Amino acid sequence: MEKRAIFASQWLPYALLAPQIVVTILFFFLPAGQMLYQSVHIQDAFGGNLQFVGFDNFTELFYDPLYLASFKVTAVFSVAVAVLGLVISLVLAAFADRVIHGAGVYKTLLIWPYAVAPAIAGVLWLFMFNPTLGIVAYWLRQRGVDWNYILYDGQALLLVILAAVWKQVSYNFLFFLAGLQSIPKSLIEAAAIDGAGPLKRFATIVFPLLSPTTFFLLVVNIVYAFFDTFGIIDTATSGGPGQATEILVYKVYKDGFKALDLGGSAAQSAILMAIVVALTVVQFRYVERKVQY
Amino acid sequence: MVENRPFLTFLTHALLILGVAIIAFPVYVTFIASTHTVQEVLAAPMPLTPGSHLLENYLAALQHGAGESTAGVGRMMLNSLISALVIAIGKIAISLLSAFAIVYFRFPLRNFFFWMIFVTLMVPVEVRILPTYKVVSDLGMLDSYAGITIPLIASATATFLFRQFFLTIPDELAEAARIDGAGPLRFLRDVVIPLSRTNIAALFVILFIYGWNQYLWPLLVTTQEEMYTTVIGIKRMMLGGDAAVEWQLVMATAMLAMLPPALVVLLMQKWFVKGLVETEK
Repeated sequence: MEKRAIFASQWLPYALLAPQIVVTILFFFLPAGQMLYQSVHIQDAFGGNLQFVGFDNFTELFYDPLYLASFKVTAVFSVAVAVLGLVISLVLAAFADRVIHGAGVYKTLLIWPYAVAPAIAGVLWLFMFNPTLGIVAYWLRQRGVDWNYILYDGQALLLVILAAVWKQVSYNFLFFLAGLQSIPKSLIEAAAIDGAGPLKRFATIVFPLLSPTTFFLLVVNIVYAFFDTFGIIDTATSGGPGQATEILVYKVYKDGFKALDLGGSAAQSAILMAIVVALTVVQFRYVERKVQY
Repeated sequence: MVENRPFLTFLTHALLILGVAIIAFPVYVTFIASTHTVQEVLAAPMPLTPGSHLLENYLAALQHGAGESTAGVGRMMLNSLISALVIAIGKIAISLLSAFAIVYFRFPLRNFFFWMIFVTLMVPVEVRILPTYKVVSDLGMLDSYAGITIPLIASATATFLFRQFFLTIPDELAEAARIDGAGPLRFLRDVVIPLSRTNIAALFVILFIYGWNQYLWPLLVTTQEEMYTTVIGIKRMMLGGDAAVEWQLVMATAMLAMLPPALVVLLMQKWFVKGLVETEK
């Protein structure tokens, strides 16, 4: 779609674009170029002695058990966050859609965690599950559970998954509710007259009609789990114990800023960038974005 | 609802109330902890009813912070507010201008610029932290509001949103403005911006929350306590081992850090929902 009515000026459009383009070049293209350049070089930690090594940094990564372990943690983490988050919010949205009086109240009470910073979400969940002072940790011990996420890998991973899901449910809920409310009531009524109960109607009519929303949310949730959960990991577990909760983004940060392995960190960034590009392409090509709200 | 099933209605409300309670529980515990003394918080199990030290804890946190961080949370809240406002308003301003240029002008390299803005979607800040940090430090912007905000200010999403919206503005308006002798800037100020008000409000809510909740970036570019934002201030307060942490103050700070964005969501719910749905389309 193009405009017919346009203005003519030799310089004005460039002036209007200038601020955005300058910021983009300085803080996106320059660093991204630098990163790709670094990823095929090695350098000592003091910034001297740059040496071209081709794809050595990448090959090294794929022989590095720590990096492969981080890939596995990321996979488990993002699938768990996406699936749990989608299931819980779909159930809540499906019930909220049935409510006639007070639906707005439930909506208001369910959407506010969106406003909580991931780093704060990490603090809140750490505080409840802290083995020495957490209230939930205390209840778990009363029931004979040996809870100590500072020592046990699985428990630490579970904790960050729960915190990440808690924060994301509100977002998924809003989109599912909007999707549910856009389904024509006549379809549901027709099915009810034909004798289909609520569960059958959900499985055969509602859920299939929600599939564009579900697929869209799946991609968004995976992107969220990959990148936006950095704060949760950093405040709740700092990637520990060992590498149990060290997702890829966290490892880029740790290797780059703490261990000062510039080439390795840049190669990891390049791989992450390839993952984002792939996810963005999927989102733009295959996600039906004409859902009616 | 298409049929009356009392049991299902009961189940619906029971489940939703349970959901609301579970979602609210972490914040409830945080609030309770922020009203007790540190000894009460450390006692296992900690109390689950409000204590009597609410005012004292919040005042202490606001004035002197806690633990390794000696900067007051009042100062941090101010830093967060300034950063969030600059990020939100800056993103809206530069995106509005670039979308206007792309939609209302024909000029060489127009598509090139458009794609240049588009690809920034694919490089989240988490991925390019080290080289971006280097650029910011070379420009001498560490420990400044400019360093915290400007690198986050480019926005492909907002540019798209405005572009989509401008394409729906009837051409007759631009023609009429031209016939009446209004130049492009006059048209932008008197027609396009007033028509974009609802889009601007919706974007503002989303971007304010985005700016307020930034974590990794301010963590890297700030080293002086006076420049900490609230969200990263909390992390510094928790350094120093379980026993040394003044949990009641950390929890008061967490409440303070959640309050402004939560209020924005609750008070501007309509704009919030609109912004969320539109920025993801």
